[in-house]
Amino acid sequence: MSAGEGRGAAPVVVASDVRMGYNGVQVLNGVDFTVTSGEVSCVIGPSGSGKSTFLRCVNGLEPVLGGSLRVLGEEVGHRLRDGRYHPWTPKEFAAFRRNIGMVFQRFNLFAHQSALENVACGPVHVLGMSQDRARTLAMEHLDRVGLADHAHKRPHQLSGGQQQRVAIARALAMNPALMLFDEPTSALDPELVDEVLEVMKSLAADGMTMIVVTHEIAFAREVGDRLAFFADGLVVEEGRPHELLAAPAHERTRAFLSSVLGGQEGRPTQ
Amino acid sequence: MRNEPIADGTGTPVPVARTWHWGRWLAAAVALAVAGWPAYLVVVNPRLDWGKVAEYLFNERILSGVWVTIEISVLATALGLVLGVLVAVMRLAHNPVLSGLATFYIWFFRGTPVLVQLIFWYNLAFLFPELVLKIPFTAIGLKWDTNQVMTGFTSAMLGLGLNLAAYFAETVRAGIQAVDRGQTEAAYSLGMTPAKRMRVIVLPQALRIIIPPTGNEFISMLKTTSLVYVVAGHDLMTNASQIYKANNRIMELLIVASVWYMLMTAVATFLQGRLERRFGSDAVRLVRGGGVAARVLPKVTA
Repeated sequence: MSAGEGRGAAPVVVASDVRMGYNGVQVLNGVDFTVTSGEVSCVIGPSGSGKSTFLRCVNGLEPVLGGSLRVLGEEVGHRLRDGRYHPWTPKEFAAFRRNIGMVFQRFNLFAHQSALENVACGPVHVLGMSQDRARTLAMEHLDRVGLADHAHKRPHQLSGGQQQRVAIARALAMNPALMLFDEPTSALDPELVDEVLEVMKSLAADGMTMIVVTHEIAFAREVGDRLAFFADGLVVEEGRPHELLAAPAHERTRAFLSSVLGGQEGRPTQ
Repeated sequence: MRNEPIADGTGTPVPVARTWHWGRWLAAAVALAVAGWPAYLVVVNPRLDWGKVAEYLFNERILSGVWVTIEISVLATALGLVLGVLVAVMRLAHNPVLSGLATFYIWFFRGTPVLVQLIFWYNLAFLFPELVLKIPFTAIGLKWDTNQVMTGFTSAMLGLGLNLAAYFAETVRAGIQAVDRGQTEAAYSLGMTPAKRMRVIVLPQALRIIIPPTGNEFISMLKTTSLVYVVAGHDLMTNASQIYKANNRIMELLIVASVWYMLMTAVATFLQGRLERRFGSDAVRLVRGGGVAARVLPKVTA
């Protein structure tokens, strides 16, 4: 299942010694992590290990306070000029984030807009596309996630799984070069998890570059090209999912996997 | 209350006896007596001339006062709402000077009585006999006599509007802050700038929290305008007081004024109810489909 193999080797994300913290508490203690174009990278680890924070650093929602984080060829958050770091302006942040889709644990659909308007929102308000074209485009993306019939419903009229699929369609409508998933199935009822994972699998099969923070070990095993285990703000261990899951090298990884897999190992994913 | 017979175990209907709520009857009687007796004493009071009330109810000066009261209320509320949004956005700005100024504004205008502010604006001429608007270092500009600008009407509008803005700014701020942080993050991750996020995502959702209290502000404003009588703004209360100062029918004219205030409040309450039905309950169905917000907030279709 190594779908990402040999699909070009351009690095999309290069993190080296990334550090971040707030209120004096260190959250990331020097993360080294590389994502190559076309790859699906899964990130697992106990809560509080910094995996979500790292993901949010990648699209600039959280500031990097040390080390270097290059995403799509740019140093996130500031540029070096005349020997000094010049922080990005809000406009520069916005322009950077256009190319990166993000899917949140709690969906974060715009509550005052229908599913269709949610998906059309980025193209209209950020890319300046006409309403008509944006709606046609949005309809295509809703169709892709299997929700064309629900285009005119409000978020609160949709199930969690449907909301998350709309959120994925909303991110895809911007035609991003990189998709970030922050525990996309953690807020879902168990029976709704698979419909979201199916959409993500089809994205992976289409060659989308993805970073997926998840607790779905089976998904990581099946779809992931790489798997990183985070603990205490560090990448403790990374490798190919099959190998890492079969023979974790570190005690922390073993302990985490045995606690997580306790109830999840036999979970069907097809 | 159910009165239909209830079927017993064998299916035979058994009638239900009526329950007498003696406590309720007693409480109702006491409440009616306590509330009704003083009202009755006023109504039948021989010193109160109801004929005069009827005579003045549609008096020309009273009617023109009603109109001025509505004008001042609407204009002052409009000024307050626009300025209030501005102050609220300033208050939430990262710029410490802007946010400090907004905080000071809110503190100042909530901290001083409206009455003081009204008298201040009315007497602005003591500080600035002339209002001058000109291009610096040139002789080109405009000049007004302060006393001609600061009539009772304008000082009322200004005083009440600036005051409302301070209160309304806090409502707007609460509305903006009540919008889930996740909405902002989703807007940012699509590539929106902070200003676009505020206009396209946050403000439309904040409106459902902001709009219902504006009805209350307006109703409250209708009656606060009666303070305008200290600066002789020719509103309902001013005109009523001028009439009773001449004919000494104080109680009758207070009743006339009250009838009109109550009528205006009733209309405003009705409108407020409609506003709240539109924006209050069905929280998320507001912006599109020709709602008020869709007209208020210009849609960007580039």
